[in-house]
Amino acid sequence: MRDVAVIGVGITKFGELWDKSFRQLIAEAGSQAIIDSGISGKEIDALYVGSMSAGRFVGQEHVGALVADASGFSQMHIPSIRVESACASGGLAVRQGYFSVASGMNDIVVIGGIEKMTDVVGTEASNILATGLDQEWEAFFGATFPGIYAMIATRHMHDFGTTREQLAQVAVKNHANGALNPYAQFKREMKLESILNAPMVASPLGMLDCSPVSDGAATLILCAAEKAKKYTDKPVKIIGSGQASDTLPLHGRNDICTFESTTYAARMAYKQANIEPSKIDVAEVHDCFTIAEILAIEDLGFVKKGDGGKAIDNKITTLDGKIPINPSGGLKAKGHPVGATGVAQIAEIVLQLRGEADKRQVKDAKIGLTHNVGASGASCVVNILEAM
Amino acid sequence: MAEGAVPRFWREIPQRYNLIGNKCNECEKVFFPPRESCPECRRKSMGKMKDFKLSGEGEVLTYTIIYEASEKFEGQAPYPLAIIQLKEGPKITAQIVDCDIEDVKIGMKLKSTFRKIQDDGYVGAIYYGYKFKKRN
Repeated sequence: MRDVAVIGVGITKFGELWDKSFRQLIAEAGSQAIIDSGISGKEIDALYVGSMSAGRFVGQEHVGALVADASGFSQMHIPSIRVESACASGGLAVRQGYFSVASGMNDIVVIGGIEKMTDVVGTEASNILATGLDQEWEAFFGATFPGIYAMIATRHMHDFGTTREQLAQVAVKNHANGALNPYAQFKREMKLESILNAPMVASPLGMLDCSPVSDGAATLILCAAEKAKKYTDKPVKIIGSGQASDTLPLHGRNDICTFESTTYAARMAYKQANIEPSKIDVAEVHDCFTIAEILAIEDLGFVKKGDGGKAIDNKITTLDGKIPINPSGGLKAKGHPVGATGVAQIAEIVLQLRGEADKRQVKDAKIGLTHNVGASGASCVVNILEAM
Repeated sequence: MAEGAVPRFWREIPQRYNLIGNKCNECEKVFFPPRESCPECRRKSMGKMKDFKLSGEGEVLTYTIIYEASEKFEGQAPYPLAIIQLKEGPKITAQIVDCDIEDVKIGMKLKSTFRKIQDDGYVGAIYYGYKFKKRN
């Protein structure tokens, strides 16, 4: 195994991008990353693309080939691989590309993540997202995607005294960060009262506890670390990567309030990086719902199990806090084009570690972590990065 | 669930109508829905998984009230949905019926009941299965 670095990033604006097609989005993010890295197309050994459900969202499968073609690589016949793990598709695409370079088989690979979710009506988008749940033993009986996370929230409140206000404060914080991010879907702050008074979706979660339906794409260029300095002065090394699975339905888990896919993936990544959670300077975590960020900071070891709600009150997760969480605005404010999310999280951490995150820059960030969850925690990918 | 998935529903009738799970004869652990092998005993359990009928008795482990439902359940919203800890060990996700939504609490004792779950429209199949109601 050899070291691997991120040498370029590209990201489109996230949002309701009705004037842009699936292929335009991925080509836009891809060319940005290629220009950012300084590589030429001829140097690319392979493409890896995370996409959860292009088949349902835009009626298009065969995404690997489509992305190679849309990016202008059809004449070079570059191998292209589509990766799927529900909302963790992007993070997993990064991990697969990382393996291919670490193994020595490839020197330079492009990782893309994309979802185009607003070409279908809202209810259909919800149905498609729910395909990440257990269709036969959850969704069939009336479970919705927010409903599953709501049941985690109910139990977390019961066991640890987490409050409705603490959940809402996660959204307040992430909107404050998103207001500083030019790529964010919601570049505006939100008041606590607006979040608390939003229409209920699945109690205790209201509409503004949920991440939005979004279009967007993100791209990274990975390169063997020994060759990275040839292309950039600021390569960012992947120092740890972990992935884990769990039961597909939430009800199969030992503990409703712990994602063991997160704890196992994190353990794997921390072990490889040879660091403790306290060494992380900044993290992008999977806040598809407000309760999900509370669970994430517990399961990643930033706070004790049950203390996630209090961490919000104590402001340790704000931009200038002890462990800034989701400086990009997170899925909540930046937007959540599901296949793009895991790739965009790493793009944000790379910008943070290069010191290029402008108004949302976390001071002296040297080591960053990304946490990307598949649906209700049946899969999870954790990556740890360090400035070289 | 995919429209018109009649075979898929038909093969799950024992579980959905009668709560038939199975039991590992090595470690006595009960599973719902039935598993091909026991995740604990693994190869030792192969060929030793026996059908097991659950009593349908259990209690609320956690719950939510669904306000924004999918099209199939729109007419029923708001409705309580729960993860139910069954007496014999497995946990299950289902709707709670025949009670006020304000009355649903963690720890509430429940009993399964046979109900219509959803349908494939006027010309499609009607799907039945379990929901749960309060038990005294």
